[in-house]
Amino acid sequence: MSAPTELLNVQIDGVWYQFKKGTRVIEACAQAGKFIPHYCYHPKLSSPGNCRMCLIEMGMPKTGPDRKPELGADGKPVISWIPRPQISCAQDITEGMGVRTDSSLVRECRHGVMEFLLINHPLDCPICDQAGECHLQEYSVEYGTAGSRFLEEKVKKPKRVELGPRVTLDDERCILCSRCIRFMKEIAHDDVLGFASRGSHTYLTAHPGKRLDSNYSLNTVDICPVGALTSTDFRFKMRVWFLKETKSICTSCATGCNTIVGSRENVIYRQTPRENDAVNSAWMCDYGRLNIHYVNSPDRLKFPQVREAQGLANVSWKTALAKAGEELKQFQRNSVAVVASAKMTNEELWLTKKLIDSLGTVYHDVVPRAGQADQLLMSADRNPNTLGAQLFGITSEYPGSKLREMTEKIASGEIRAVVALGEDLTQIGLAESDLKKLTALIVVGILPNETTRNASVLLPACAFSEKRGTMINIKGRLQRLNHATLAPGEARDDWEIIRDLLQQLTGSNGIYLIDDVFKEIAETIPEMTGLSFGRIGDHGVQLVEESEDAQPVAMTV
Amino acid sequence: MEIPAELEARIDQEITHFPISKRSAALPLLHLIQEHFGYLEDEAIEWIAQKLGLQPINILELVTFYPMLRREPAGKHHIRVCRTLSCAMAGSYELLDTFCKHARIDRQHNGHGAHSLKSEDGKYSIEFVECLASCGFGPVCMIDDDFYESVTQEEVPQLLEKYQ
Repeated sequence: MSAPTELLNVQIDGVWYQFKKGTRVIEACAQAGKFIPHYCYHPKLSSPGNCRMCLIEMGMPKTGPDRKPELGADGKPVISWIPRPQISCAQDITEGMGVRTDSSLVRECRHGVMEFLLINHPLDCPICDQAGECHLQEYSVEYGTAGSRFLEEKVKKPKRVELGPRVTLDDERCILCSRCIRFMKEIAHDDVLGFASRGSHTYLTAHPGKRLDSNYSLNTVDICPVGALTSTDFRFKMRVWFLKETKSICTSCATGCNTIVGSRENVIYRQTPRENDAVNSAWMCDYGRLNIHYVNSPDRLKFPQVREAQGLANVSWKTALAKAGEELKQFQRNSVAVVASAKMTNEELWLTKKLIDSLGTVYHDVVPRAGQADQLLMSADRNPNTLGAQLFGITSEYPGSKLREMTEKIASGEIRAVVALGEDLTQIGLAESDLKKLTALIVVGILPNETTRNASVLLPACAFSEKRGTMINIKGRLQRLNHATLAPGEARDDWEIIRDLLQQLTGSNGIYLIDDVFKEIAETIPEMTGLSFGRIGDHGVQLVEESEDAQPVAMTV
Repeated sequence: MEIPAELEARIDQEITHFPISKRSAALPLLHLIQEHFGYLEDEAIEWIAQKLGLQPINILELVTFYPMLRREPAGKHHIRVCRTLSCAMAGSYELLDTFCKHARIDRQHNGHGAHSLKSEDGKYSIEFVECLASCGFGPVCMIDDDFYESVTQEEVPQLLEKYQ
């Protein structure tokens, strides 16, 4: 056992508090409910103390001739105040320290710093993407002045600089806080950004010939307190105050970074990381972040279809499901296969397992997606819920290990019907001619591909932002997806489709809410005992003790 | 860019003066390379960064900060005119204009704030610098490594004559 963390006494605005040793002054103030405005300070980065916005008055305990603190009438140390203001971001608290966060000196300092920061700022808020979530704008209201005393010319700097493939810089808006430089150096370990021409013409730049092309580059846009760094993808697309923010998780790999989905009127405009120290700290990769536009694709499957003489025809859900049930009932146990997806939620996988059991087939698996892991967040497993698929018995310890046998049997005609859930069978080694051989091909999907085009019954489903559900990340953490946008056309929630298919086969009834599916899981799966959507909360629940050397699941194709 | 063996030996020796952080050797190295090549091309910046285990941007920050570090070659003869207060009051702006006139340096497109200016034939370049430490005898200037005090505008043609 390590020794208990030492607590230090600090007086903030006349009240004594105790904080853990090693707390930065600005953090202690925040814990005491005193917000200190700041730009360059970021809790996950080092403190250079260069923006000067967090100035406060600081004092140290007055010591007597015996070198012991003098005590006042209240028995607390008497504080001797430092005459100059101090920055609160770059200093840790010390025993007996005093802080004034709202004195007239402090207010004057903030006022002065704001005035300096705005001297060269273009004040182009009406066309700035950051407007509405800009700290410069926010603090101007609280600490700035309405008028400007500046009569000289503003310094001109480079605009529309493409720092990299995904980040565009407006140097005139930059307040030189260096958060982006520190992020790239300290977190992304790709030290490409720096300040050139230091002085009154300082500007942020990458070295000539180098680009800000790290897979984590867009985090610099998130932490930029002003509108200097903008996402090339999101730039000028939508005023941020119109965005509905839905807490969700990224489904592009097994890490399951916590996210906020920003949508308006059913269109997703951006996805940004949401802080969760158990998963992704405050960051996410560009690949996952930008992997949202397929949701808005005009090609989305919108209507249930069944194969008729002329090809696929739109029908009602009732007709499509009845046709699917009819087809599935024709097949004996192992003449049918279920190709599920580790991109499905636990609830969908749970019902899929029931479907598999009721079909009685041994041919079921998920499609593995292996990529290169990086040292930061990206997992080698590009499926978001492989652990869920394993937990519910859709796949084995080696996801995809059964696919070869399944594809061979499909090609040889031994398997005559396939239920494909969110996966394209041509991606697992089947040719279109193999698909045409199948007597029944029941497909649940969201975008057209070879498999959907060859379906006998096509059931349009939901993308990650259009449904609720849970997934288990690579480290065994159960997390929630939330409903941000509506599915297009008549597309339905996947879990409802699978439930309805199950009903066609077994005639059973009775699940109307996804919460009830989860309840059933929680009652059956020991790891999930006692859990509910509510209990999982916004930050998830660790199902198994996380081991330091957690290895990604083995991959076979 | 070819770094001669003796220069590299000198550089390696210089780096040993900074045992705690090689990064501190960045400025001495920049001076050595500029002294040898006359200026710092991008390749030199990258070479130094690699030598010190840094990223090129870390070196670029220094190069763009210090006015005495050049990213473009200077003229055959480089003139530095002091414009700190006492020289400025003693006429350094007029002196710079006169140098430009006689050295055929076109400064129409650049204000007095411009960095280094070069004559079309590449023979002379000129820049303002800060204090050359002879404030009692302004205006002062340096041509290459030679130092001149109380320079009058009339002297300029003769001075330039010496540097062909």
